[in-house]
This record gives sequence, C-alpha cells and structure tokens, in this order.
Amino acid sequence: MKPLTTGAGSVQPPTSLADPFDHGNLEDPGPLHESLRAAGPVVHLSRYDTYALARYEQVHAALTDWQRFQSAAGVGLSNFRYEEPWRPPSLLLEADPPRHDAPRRVLSAIVGPRSLHRLRAKWAADAAGLVDRVLGTGDVVDVVPALAEAFPLRVFPGAVGIPADGRENLLPYGDHLFNAFGPPNDLVAAGAGRIAGLSAWVNGQCARDRLAPDGFGAAVWAAADRGDLTHEQAPLVVRSLLSAGVDTTVHGLSAVLYAFATHPDQWERLREQPSLARVAFDEAVRWESPVQTFFRTATTDVRVGGTVIPDGAKILMFLGAANRDPRRWTAPDRFDLSRDPSGHVGFGMGIHQCVGQHIARLEAESLLTALARRVSRIEPAGPVARHHNNTLRAWHSIPVRLHRK
Amino acid sequence: MAETRSLRVTGKEPVADGVVALTLADPGGARLPDWTPGAHIDLILPNGSVRQYSLCGDRWDAYTYTIAVLRETNGRGGSAYIHQDLDLGEAVGLGGPRNNFPLVPAERYLFIAGGIGITPLLPMIAQADLLGADWRLLYGGRRTASLAFGHDLAGYGARVHLRPEDRYGLLDLPGFLAAWQPGTRVYACGPAPLLAAVERACTGFPPHTLRTERFAAALTGPVRSMPFEIELARSKTVLTVPADSSVLDVITAAGADVLSSCRQGVCGTCEIIVLAGEPDHRDSVLDDTERAAGACMFACVSRSRSDRLVIDL
Repeated sequence: MKPLTTGAGSVQPPTSLADPFDHGNLEDPGPLHESLRAAGPVVHLSRYDTYALARYEQVHAALTDWQRFQSAAGVGLSNFRYEEPWRPPSLLLEADPPRHDAPRRVLSAIVGPRSLHRLRAKWAADAAGLVDRVLGTGDVVDVVPALAEAFPLRVFPGAVGIPADGRENLLPYGDHLFNAFGPPNDLVAAGAGRIAGLSAWVNGQCARDRLAPDGFGAAVWAAADRGDLTHEQAPLVVRSLLSAGVDTTVHGLSAVLYAFATHPDQWERLREQPSLARVAFDEAVRWESPVQTFFRTATTDVRVGGTVIPDGAKILMFLGAANRDPRRWTAPDRFDLSRDPSGHVGFGMGIHQCVGQHIARLEAESLLTALARRVSRIEPAGPVARHHNNTLRAWHSIPVRLHRK
Repeated sequence: MAETRSLRVTGKEPVADGVVALTLADPGGARLPDWTPGAHIDLILPNGSVRQYSLCGDRWDAYTYTIAVLRETNGRGGSAYIHQDLDLGEAVGLGGPRNNFPLVPAERYLFIAGGIGITPLLPMIAQADLLGADWRLLYGGRRTASLAFGHDLAGYGARVHLRPEDRYGLLDLPGFLAAWQPGTRVYACGPAPLLAAVERACTGFPPHTLRTERFAAALTGPVRSMPFEIELARSKTVLTVPADSSVLDVITAAGADVLSSCRQGVCGTCEIIVLAGEPDHRDSVLDDTERAAGACMFACVSRSRSDRLVIDL
C-alpha cells in the first residue's frame, strides 16, 4: 500500500492484516518477519491496532529508549492504562524508572557475573553428571526433556533456594505467563484452568521461610533487611527470578542443541575449541530468539521513520526479526560460530535487558562443555516438533542420536 | 566500532559563588548511558587527571548530563582547570556512571546537604517528589549566594529549609531530625565535619537509616591517554591499543572470542580476567573493592593505567 501523508506531518505506515500469534506464524515466523522488515521501519498491525517494529535499528532504539517506550503499561498486548493486569505487575519487567531502580539494582548484584563465579564448578559437575546419566539411557534421546528442561530444573531452582518439591510447576507457570503477553487466544485459554493453582504455588515459594539461606532468594530478602528494597517488594522480586528464569533458558538450550543437530560442522568446531561455548549459546539466542517479542507503550507521540506513533499506542518489537535483519547481520539465517553475535537483542537491551543473562550463559556453557567432552556427533533421529507459545520460540521435541566419543 | 567514550562541553554557566554547572553531551548526539539518582561520573580531564562529579540533571533527558563544580581553593587543580580553562566544545573523557549512593524506596526522606553536597541530592529530591513521598531538605552553606540551585529548590516551598551560615549559624541537625519517624531514610552529603555531625545525630535510629556520600578526592592518580599494550597470555600475542580504540575492538579484531552486548560498561558481558597490569576501570558494574583488586575488567570501556595489561585469553 502506498504511504499517505497526514496533516500532522506523519506518514501513514504500511498496514498488515497478519496475526503474529496464529499457529502458522508461531510454527514458522520467518516469512512474516521478512515481510514486516521489507514493508518499512514501522508497520501497523490492524488486527490488534498496534505498531510493529521488525528491523534491528528500530527495535534496538525502542528497547533502549525507556523514556518514550514504557514498560509499566505492560509488555504484552494488554494496555495497563485501560485494563487490569491478570497478576500483580512485575517490579522489573513491567515497571519504569524510578520504581524500577531499586529492584533492578538489587537483582543485578545478586545474579551479576561477579556473583556467579561460586556456581561454576558445581554447575560444571552437575552438567557432567546429567550428560553421563542421559548417555546411559540409550543413544537416541529427546534432548528437550532430557537436557534442555532437565538441566535448568536441576540447577536453577536450587540456586534460587526453593525446595525440590513442586519444581515441575515452574514450566507450566512460565508457559502461561509468556502466553499471556499475547492476545487472549486459544493458547491463553488452554492455560487458564491451571493458572490460579500454579500462581499460588509460585507465590508460596517467594516467602522468606521457604528459601534456603545461601540462595538468590535469601539474598533478595537480605537486601530488604538492609533497606535496599521494601519487605513488600522482596517476594515479587523473588517471583521475577522464578517467572523469567526457567522457560527462557529451557528454550535457549533447546535452540542451541537443535542448531548443533542441524549443523554438524559447527559441533565439530565446538569440540575442537570448547571455549566457543559462550559464543555458541549467544549465536543460538540470536538465531532462534527464544523470546520472540515484547510490547512497549508510547509515553508521548513518538516518531519512528516518518510515522508518528500516538501517545498510549502499543508497540510490538520483534526481537526475532531484528536478530535476523540482513541490514545488521551478514547471512543472518546461518548458525555460524565464526560470527560475533554481540549486540543481538535476544536478551533485550537497555535498562530492562535480561538481568539473568549471565545465569543463562553459565548454564549453557556448563552443559555444552560437558556434552562436547562426551559426544562426537549430534544426529537428528526423527521428526522434530515445535511447542507454540505467544512469546517464546519453543520446542516440544528434538529426538537425536548422541554419538559417544 | 565503539569509540573510546568522550563527552563534549555544551554548556557552562555559573550557578552560585564559586560554582559552575557544566552540560555534557555525546559528540555525535547519541544517547548517554542511563543513570539513577545518586550516581556520579568520572570526568577525565585533558591532562589525564580524574575527578568525580555527581549527576544533578534530569534523567529523562537521555542526551545530556549536568554536573556542578565548586572551585576548590585548596584542591589539586581539577576544579580550577574546569573553571578557568575548560571551554565550550572541548572534549573530556567519561567513566561510569556509577552509583554508590542509591535512593532506596521509602515513604519519607530527610535530606541534608552541605554546600556542593547538594548535587547528588537534587535528582533524589525530584524523584521523591515525583513519587509523592514525604520529604524535607536541610541545606546549609556559607552565604545565600553560595547555595547552588537554592533558588530552584525554593520552588518546593516549605519542604526546603535553606540555612546559609552567615544568617543562621551552624545547621540545627537535632531540630531537623526531630521529624524522623520509623521508615524514614536520611540522606546526607557534604563536607566531612557535617557528615560526622549527622552520624552523631542519627545514632539513636535503626541500622541502615542513614546513607551518606563523602566528597573525598579520588585516591587514584591520572590516567594515560597514550596507547598501551595488551598481552593475550594463552597465545602470547601482544597487541597495541591506540588512544582512540577500545580494548574490546582490538582483541576481537585479533580473533579473541569475547562476547559483548551493551558496549557501555553496564551489562557485564565482556568481562575479561586481568593477570598483570593495572586496569583503568570505566564501567558501571564493579564496586570499589573489585576495582581496587584489579583482577577483572570490562573490555568495552575500560583501559589501562600501566604500559601493559596481561589478560587471560
């Protein structure tokens, strides 16, 4: 459609009738991403009356500009200016400065790179133990449950300090939470029945007396005792760890395992140079973008390209499309360990950038290093199946044959 | 390519007796790194000396920083240089921002400023007011004309107590702190004798009630603007980092697999282990103890004080 100029000096953006959250686009978002990037720097999605950004430059700019692209009105389709949130909003993800400052500062210190060094040796041993056990069960393995789910569920809740009982609730809770950022479609309806019980369980784990004394959760409460947070904020900050720290990592690990199963030359490269494990994980996060989308809300009339996005409008940032934008990346569809994936927006960017990114990298590095030591080849061994989620690029099943060294 | 970070002086105006406010911006007009009230930056002057100044402007303006500089008659020359010689359009180096003095959430605040110690409190006060907190400010100085931003603060009305010494004598701390109730946080910044008096006056309050920031001269010496060498210990490669390139760019161009993300010294992704040499830390991540230890650095912004850094790559 030909852009029209309105009287206010704003160019009418191209319009798309697509539903990014329908099952076709969730199964394979690539063609939609390509058409949105090609259409222009901003595209109006008429179905949801929202503005889509799919090019790297505009997504990066929106992520870093918290002043004009706010999060406190919700980072899903729902606009908290007009709609009641389904749960008490996150103090991190769904907050703006100044309220965002203290929770972010506290959590950044607790899960920052300097604080994770003490977990390195333990997680490396845990990963080696898990890989040994999985190899003992047979050569053909579905790596989604066996590794991508099993490893984070083994190490992360323990690092937070929650009890072993009930950890299986974390995945369905996260799945619903990330569905709920999208429209109220069949995926949200499917999770609605269980969510009250799951939420009650998750909220119950955030109380001080549920948390082991040496974990991240206890450190949040200690920060509240020092006055760096209020005691009312502490359980919600712990909840952020449990909400955002499991599904995302599971699907990031699935992504890197799928990448290696389909790119045996790259696995060979990692085996020769295991120090590439961190690069490999970030390249997989760029390539697959486990978190595909987040919304922002315009705090004022914001000009993007020639278009003025009106105050209060919802803006949908396609992180996955930005991470494969050929304007930014050479041969973006290729999973390539010789690429420097630095600067990808798979963890976001700016003040809301994934506070747990260093945890995710350490989990991935632990698991990939353990696998590279024992496995010479990861070979596809049957049809793979996606898991559909309104926000996450996820896998249900990736059967592979693990060739031992 | 990431540049070594510099700021350009885009404004300079007197705001009180002996105090100039500087406005600083990115030379290319880019966003500046985000900050929170209480934060300071390292300002690296053309002769390599480093001075710390609190950010006292508006964080909703992503494109400029404001600092206020008191001319110190017994100082080491940094403030005199800024007052006399630093002109509009000139470049200065940037470290940080870092925040050792964050505003924690509370329903009530009592702010106490002595002289130029008002600067970190200005954005705190704006924020406390924005959030609807109950707050008061006690602000002392020699004379009315030496109270920087006193006129602006008077706009807040009865919450602000301007107490120039020539009219009121020494600050009445016990009188001001009598307004304390459980849950009130006390923030104080100013010269050492004032902070000592505030600490004495707060001894009866619960732990963590009082938060202070001292205006002490930075203990570090000048930084270098000359090129330096980076030795990659595992490959025994020696690289030269020119004055206008970052460590990250030099080592990744040489093939080192170092991930980065924000390139502003904030996210912590590009940490490298330092085996020998003295880093010139310019990030927002490390605390003072970690900076002094010098065992790691963030390659996107930090540099070297010594001729050579040996890193674990």
